[in-house]
Amino acid sequence: MTGTTSGSRLDLPRYARTDAGLRTPVGYADYRSTGLRAPLRTPVDLPHRLTEVTGPLLGEDRVTDTDADLTRRLGGEAQGQRIIVHGRVLDSDGRPVPDTLVEVWQANAAGRYRHVVDNWPAPLDPHFDGLGRVMTDDQGRYEFTTIRPGAYPWGNHHNAWRPAHIHFSLFGRAFTQRLVTQMYFPDDPLFFQDPIFNSIPEGARHLAISRFDYERTVPDWALGFQWDIVLRGAQQTPFETEDDGDVA
Amino acid sequence: MTQLQTTPSATVGPYLAIGLTWEGGELVVPPDTPGAIWLRGTVFDGNGDPIPDAMVETWQADPDGRFDHPDDPRGATRYPGFAGFGRSHTDSGEYAICTLKPGRVPDGEGGLQAPHVDVSLFARGLLDRVVTRIYFADEAEANAQDAVLRGLPEDRRQTLLATPTDDGYRLDLYLQGDRETVFFAV
Repeated sequence: MTGTTSGSRLDLPRYARTDAGLRTPVGYADYRSTGLRAPLRTPVDLPHRLTEVTGPLLGEDRVTDTDADLTRRLGGEAQGQRIIVHGRVLDSDGRPVPDTLVEVWQANAAGRYRHVVDNWPAPLDPHFDGLGRVMTDDQGRYEFTTIRPGAYPWGNHHNAWRPAHIHFSLFGRAFTQRLVTQMYFPDDPLFFQDPIFNSIPEGARHLAISRFDYERTVPDWALGFQWDIVLRGAQQTPFETEDDGDVA
Repeated sequence: MTQLQTTPSATVGPYLAIGLTWEGGELVVPPDTPGAIWLRGTVFDGNGDPIPDAMVETWQADPDGRFDHPDDPRGATRYPGFAGFGRSHTDSGEYAICTLKPGRVPDGEGGLQAPHVDVSLFARGLLDRVVTRIYFADEAEANAQDAVLRGLPEDRRQTLLATPTDDGYRLDLYLQGDRETVFFAV
């Protein structure tokens, strides 16, 4: 037999759609690379069915004990200001998102990525590869030890510099919750000229900036930064379940 | 309940391969699995040039139309090890995902959806992921009953239909232009 049945209604969670005025648009004219890449047609609303309210619950087998410490790689210690980045992954209903994979990548202290396409004249660090992975705990908490990434120039406009940032990738527990984003540092003087930061609607920009966390600074070792990540909420709003006879 | 504001997205940028490369990520199932198929395609920009620095992620039901997930109330699947998730970069010029063809999935309201794969596409120059679905051109009957496909004009529907190949199916993705793929807001 196949397991596919069609006759019953299913109680599925429904994921809140974020107000368009608080979401980063896919395209943004000042970020030139979006010109030939961001789709031009209006996206079609996709109802949240089983495929959308489920998602990959994975990562455990992709994460090793040393993946949360980016400062000890390739047989030595990374150069730069050692920092601890920590926070919680929550949904917009305020519930923690436990046991979910958090992937990060970043430039080194000099602002250079270990990537074949990045060849600006800043040094590579032989002991920094810029990759981290961790699972959130049962309270949705995550923590990395890394070095503070440097700013770096890019070709978007004259004298363009990316503010220091760490890339984050999260799954949550549903396809609707998938998020790739960037974490910034407080009071970065480069924000004003960065189209990737400024593509975020003004009312949401503060959510992309970490907080200096003196409480989590480790004496004689590392500065602390805190950044909570909020994925879309999953209010359990059942479909109508009474049999009202209009089954397709 | 107090609502928290969601964290805004940002582009994966040009260096996504540092953080998002998984060994075997493109294998939803091992290639020697009975019934394994390859889903392949090229991602094109508005000039019609292939995009070499994109990443395609796929999420789908198993051949019974079930998900390996606690929010699928129908219980366990018959395909142990089938997680339903694949991740492929396009540095070779195209994405390639080895998987099993999904079954039909209930729509939750008494009907059935046609077999489909949900796709997230990430790239430099996209500030958020874009989402589409891969349907299968040889599922004409199921496709004709699918509410999502039926809601699209005929010519737009074609942009979602993967065509059979020697080892699976092919669907090219067009970010812009006359053949721009149908993208979804989820």
